[in-house]
Amino acid sequence: MQLTRRDLLVMGSVGMGATLMGALPAIASLTDDEIAKITGGADVSEGDLAITAPEIAENGNTVPIEVTAPGAVMVAIFADGNPVPNVASVKFGPMNPSRSASTRIRLAKTQNVVAIAQMEDGSFQKATSNVKVTIGGCGG
Amino acid sequence: MISRRDFLQVGMAASAIVGASGFGNWARLAAQQSLTQDQLLQFDTYGNVSLIHVTDIHAQLKPIYFREPSVNIGVGANKGAVPHITGADFRKAYGIADGSPSHYALSAGDFSSLAKGYGRVGGLDRVATVINAIRADRPDAILLDGGDTWHGSYTCYHTQGQDMVNVMNALKPDAMTFHWEFTLGSDRVAEIVENLPFAALGQNIFDAEWDEPAELFPPYTFFERGGAKVAVIGQAFPYMPIANPGWMFPEYSFGIRDEHMQKMVDEVRSQGADCVVVLSHNGFDVDKKMATVVKGIDVILSGHTHDALPEPVVSGSTIIVPSGSNGKFVSRVDLDVRDGKMMGYRHKLIPIFSDIITPDADVANLIDAQRAPYETAMREVIGQTDSLLYRRGNFNGSWDDLICDALLSERDAQIALSPGVRWGPSLIPGQDITREDIWNVTSMSYGEAYRSEMTGEFLKIVLEDVADNIFNPDPYYQQGGDMVRTGGLGYRIDISKPQGERISNMTLLKTGETIDPSKSYVVAGWASVNEGTEGPKIWDVVESHIRKQGTVTVQENNSVDVVGV
Repeated sequence: MQLTRRDLLVMGSVGMGATLMGALPAIASLTDDEIAKITGGADVSEGDLAITAPEIAENGNTVPIEVTAPGAVMVAIFADGNPVPNVASVKFGPMNPSRSASTRIRLAKTQNVVAIAQMEDGSFQKATSNVKVTIGGCGG
Repeated sequence: MISRRDFLQVGMAASAIVGASGFGNWARLAAQQSLTQDQLLQFDTYGNVSLIHVTDIHAQLKPIYFREPSVNIGVGANKGAVPHITGADFRKAYGIADGSPSHYALSAGDFSSLAKGYGRVGGLDRVATVINAIRADRPDAILLDGGDTWHGSYTCYHTQGQDMVNVMNALKPDAMTFHWEFTLGSDRVAEIVENLPFAALGQNIFDAEWDEPAELFPPYTFFERGGAKVAVIGQAFPYMPIANPGWMFPEYSFGIRDEHMQKMVDEVRSQGADCVVVLSHNGFDVDKKMATVVKGIDVILSGHTHDALPEPVVSGSTIIVPSGSNGKFVSRVDLDVRDGKMMGYRHKLIPIFSDIITPDADVANLIDAQRAPYETAMREVIGQTDSLLYRRGNFNGSWDDLICDALLSERDAQIALSPGVRWGPSLIPGQDITREDIWNVTSMSYGEAYRSEMTGEFLKIVLEDVADNIFNPDPYYQQGGDMVRTGGLGYRIDISKPQGERISNMTLLKTGETIDPSKSYVVAGWASVNEGTEGPKIWDVVESHIRKQGTVTVQENNSVDVVGV
């Protein structure tokens, strides 16, 4: 039997992106760079902006996430461990009844999903959610 | 009007009273050699609502031995907190006398000798007697099954869970939630659930394609009891497609989904619920955290991690009640629900001492009928054991040592890996090992024993990954199992370190050589979550090994060096 990485069945479990570990050390700063492009270096605070994401992804290739950003005109989403961190940016108009969006994203490995919201008054908010990407395990 | 603060005092006072009259007394009664069924069942009916909780039965229809763990390490905020204290420390914390029935039922230590004195535990015919007695006190008591019911035995495997469905239906549960049931495959689960005469609940069971609640599993149901409206919300095991083969139930997605849980609690409250009960398969530490995140839950009936505690753990204004596993315990929780609030509770964890509690004749006959077609095959004696065979423990158990030995020799491997599951009864020294006993610790729908090659680097990744499923300081990242058991491989683990830094000193035990990251090793294991895994069934591998041994003796396992506790 040929055992592939995906086979790591065992009760094991293995980081799907194990091969990426340490390979792209500049990834986090790529996200910071992209955030700086949006904010122009302005202060970023925490607020009502929230990310809903699983603690552990069932399938790293398609991870459901939702951002809720009351009072935002724009939300940008980043995956700070992906080779290209930009995921999506969503604009809200005054007629939008709720300022939220959901989608599915691919995560190469355990990493942070980061959202930056631009508020109606021009200020910025940030939220972060850590999503673990793993395979296998042995529940009781 | 009773304030929240008053309620807690009432609740805790109520608990303390029962703790003294119910639980604490086992020890004294047993010392007088007078433990009786009436004493085990004694309970001063309280309030207006009774809950009965059973969980993690793992298809154990008949009485068994079950040794609780001696190693169950807590991390982060749960370091040193129950259920992460064991043995003498556990007994000291609850005032349990050494050698008492409570010692035997709830903690490790002197297990083999106590087992000979106190006998087997569990048996669903005895559980039926206890449930009937509670219903005699409170005819409308709500019976809730926390799941892991349709998995874990020879008959359950061969009937695809039908034996358990038939026997549980006779006990008349009011609701259930799920974990291993899904390893029967989603078609079989749907077939059973569509015909269940009670609610199949799971607020976190979602349709994987649309990421919306799955229609087959409603999030909650209501019960009108004693003039109060009680909501029961189901919480299935959150990490089913990760810890078990997701390809067997690809239509479903799970997760903790505590935001959705909050929404459900708010929804049932707005519909007039006076009391909110969560029937959970989260595992104890996850439940404890969820009780702090989700507001408005009165009672969490906790399953999955197989913990049995003689008193509820109070977190904020929520009481958490874990009820053990393998049919060994039934929890009774009486509630005083008035004016839209839970005003107090009284609780008793009832141990099912099978020699003391009289079996219910009807259920006993029903169990025998399920087993009859398989009795001859199950009863075949394969060998004997000189050693206590048990499973529970964070790093190893003697059953798993034996299974790893079987994999090493029968599959001609250098290293064996065995999953860190927590189900499976114990055998005491001198017992025969029957085919049924082997199936009790190995039975599953993906039991193929693979043989493959892995590099040293890859083996380390496996160990690191599993270790983080247990020792991640945030309970929401814990999957509720134990460490993968290793045969032929020793290692050091520092549980205080982050993922990637916990495992060191990996050693091939046969030669004493250090594991080389770039070298390949022949590895045998079982319970792969991967589709298409090939190999003989693990129960056949173990049977063949035991048959050759005749009498098995398992040496003490010192191959895992645990630091950072």
